[in-house]
Amino acid sequence: MEREKLLCLDEAAAGIRCLSLDAVYNAESGHPGGSLSIAEILAYLYFEKMNIDPKNPQKPDRDRMVLSKGHACPALYSVLAMRGFFPETEIPTFRHLGSRLQGHPVMYKIPGVDMSTGSLGQGISAACGMAIKAKRCKEDYKVFAIIGDGESQEGQVWEAAMFAAHYKLDNLIVFLDYNHLQIDGDVRSVMNPTPLDEKFAAFSWYVQVIDGHSIKEIDYAVNNAYKSDKPSVIICNTVKGKGVSFMENNHTWHGKAPKKDDYEKAAAELKAAYEKAREARING
Amino acid sequence: MGNMILADKNSKRVATRAAYGNALANLGEKYSFFVLDADLSGSTQTAIFGEKYPERFINCGIAEQNMISIAAGIAAAGTPAFASSFAMFACGRAFEQIRNSVAYPELNVKICASHAGVTVGEDGATHQFCEDIALMRSVPQMTVINPADATEAYAAVEAILNHDGPVYMRLGRFAVPVIFDKENYSFELGKGIVLADGSDVAIFATGIMNAAALEARDLLTAEGIDAAVINIHTIKPIDKEIIVKYAEKTGRIVTAEEHTVIGGLGSAVAEVTSELCPTRMARVGIEDCFGTSGKAAELLDYFNLNAAGIAAKVKALFR
Repeated sequence: MEREKLLCLDEAAAGIRCLSLDAVYNAESGHPGGSLSIAEILAYLYFEKMNIDPKNPQKPDRDRMVLSKGHACPALYSVLAMRGFFPETEIPTFRHLGSRLQGHPVMYKIPGVDMSTGSLGQGISAACGMAIKAKRCKEDYKVFAIIGDGESQEGQVWEAAMFAAHYKLDNLIVFLDYNHLQIDGDVRSVMNPTPLDEKFAAFSWYVQVIDGHSIKEIDYAVNNAYKSDKPSVIICNTVKGKGVSFMENNHTWHGKAPKKDDYEKAAAELKAAYEKAREARING
Repeated sequence: MGNMILADKNSKRVATRAAYGNALANLGEKYSFFVLDADLSGSTQTAIFGEKYPERFINCGIAEQNMISIAAGIAAAGTPAFASSFAMFACGRAFEQIRNSVAYPELNVKICASHAGVTVGEDGATHQFCEDIALMRSVPQMTVINPADATEAYAAVEAILNHDGPVYMRLGRFAVPVIFDKENYSFELGKGIVLADGSDVAIFATGIMNAAALEARDLLTAEGIDAAVINIHTIKPIDKEIIVKYAEKTGRIVTAEEHTVIGGLGSAVAEVTSELCPTRMARVGIEDCFGTSGKAAELLDYFNLNAAGIAAKVKALFR
C-alpha cells in the first residue's frame, strides 16, 4: 500500500477515535475502550477495502461487515458518518431517546449497519450465514466480522468456527480484537481463552497474528486472507482505550463514559493525535 | 367451494411435520429460500427438501444457537430461511438468538419446530417442550402458528413464506387425524376457523387439540350441550374478533392446547376476553408440570389432553 494511502487511513482512524469519544461523552454511557481499539480496522475496511456505496447502503453486491462485538458501535457509527452514510451531526444523539443510533447497532434503521448485534457470539454466526449465502448463490461479496477476545468465551463463537471451516467459507474474514481486557479484567484471569491462534488453527481456519493498529499489517493480512481457501481469522493485537493515556490497558474504561474533566483530557489527546495524523498526511 | 372439513375425520392420520417436509420440497421451485437443520433432518422432514435442493439445504450439526443466527445472516443477505429442529432446541435453547438476531431486526426467518408438546412420547420431559408458544408469543414482531393437521400445516408453509417477517411454527411428531379437505382448505394468517357452530359454549382449540375438541363436541351433544369449536391456528396475532364474537354468543369458553396453561392459547384468549368481554372460562393444557416418558397416545390421555378432558372442563362450567 502506498504511503499516501496509509497516511490517509491513519488520519481516518484518528478521526474515528475523536468521534467515538464524543459519542460516548454525550451519551454519558457506552463503551470507549473497545471502540478505540478497533479504529484502524474500521478505517481500513470502510475507507479502503469494502465495496460499499453510502448513497445505496443496501446494494445487493456490497461487502458486508458485522460488528459482532456490537458494544463498540461508537466506532462503527463514527466511520459510517465519516464515510457519508449519515450526517456526523447525528453522532451526539447516540444512546439518546428517539435517536436511531441505538446503544447497540440496528440494521435497516441505521444506514450501513449490516446486522443487528449486541448479544455476544451471535454476529460471527450471522456473518457465516451471509458468507454461505454468497457461496451458494454464486455471489462474490466478502463478509467481514469483528469479534472480541472476551467474546470468544461464548460457545457460539466456536459453533460458528466449526461451521465456517466445514463449509469452507473462504469469503469470510474475521478480525479478533485482541485487546486483552473485558469488563471484569484481563481475559486470561477472567476465563482464559488463549491460545486463540492455535484454537482457530485447530478448527481449520487460516490464522494470522498482526498489530491491529498498523494499517500496513491489516492490509497485508487481508490480502493474504483473500488468497486463502479457508475462512480467515486475523488476530489483531490491540490496546484497549488506544489513544487516551489514562484509558489505555485499563479495563475500567470498558463500559463507562468519561466525566467532563476526563473527557477534556481525552479529547485533547485524541485531537492532538488527529492533527498530527492530518499534518503527516498533508506533508506526505 | 365444498366443505372445508372432511366427513370422515378418522380415515387418515398424518404428522404435521410430514406435511411441512413435503411442502418445502414442493415450494422449492416456485420460491427462493434456504432450509437449515441441526442434525434432525430425518425427524423434522427437512431432508425431503435437502435431497431435492442440496444447494439450498444447510445442515448445521448439533448447534442450534449457531443455526438460528446463520438463518438470520442468510435472511439479512436477502433470502428467506427456514430453520428446523425439535421445538425444545430450536426455540428453547436458541431463544435469545431468535429474540435478538431474528425478531429484533425483523428478519425473514421461519422457525419451524417439530416434536413439540408431550406427543414426542418416549423421549420424556427433556424433549417434550410445552412452553414454546408462551416464549415465542412474548417476543415482539413474532408471528406464532400452530397448525391443526397436515392440510393446515402444508398450507401454512406457503402462507408464512409470503409473510414478511419472523415466524414460529409448531409441528408435531405424532400422526394426528387429518380434519381438513385439501381441495377446499385455504389458510388465512391470523384468522380463526369455525369448525363447528354452537350456542352453549365455545371451545377454542389449537394444533392437534382440534381433533379432540371435535370429538368432545360429539360427547357434549349427547348430553344436550351445544358446543362451538373454533380452530385458532394463529396464536399471534390472535383473532380477537372471533373470540369476542363467540364469547358473547355462548358466554362460556374452554381453551385446549398441547402446551402449558401458562402463556399459551388459554392465556391469549383470556387476555382478549378479560379486557373486551369478561367470560367464564376454563383451560385444558399441561397443568404447570413436566412431561414424562410414554407413548404419545398414552400421554395425551395421561394429561387429559383428549375429548373426555375437554368435555369435563366444559361440563364444569355449567355447574
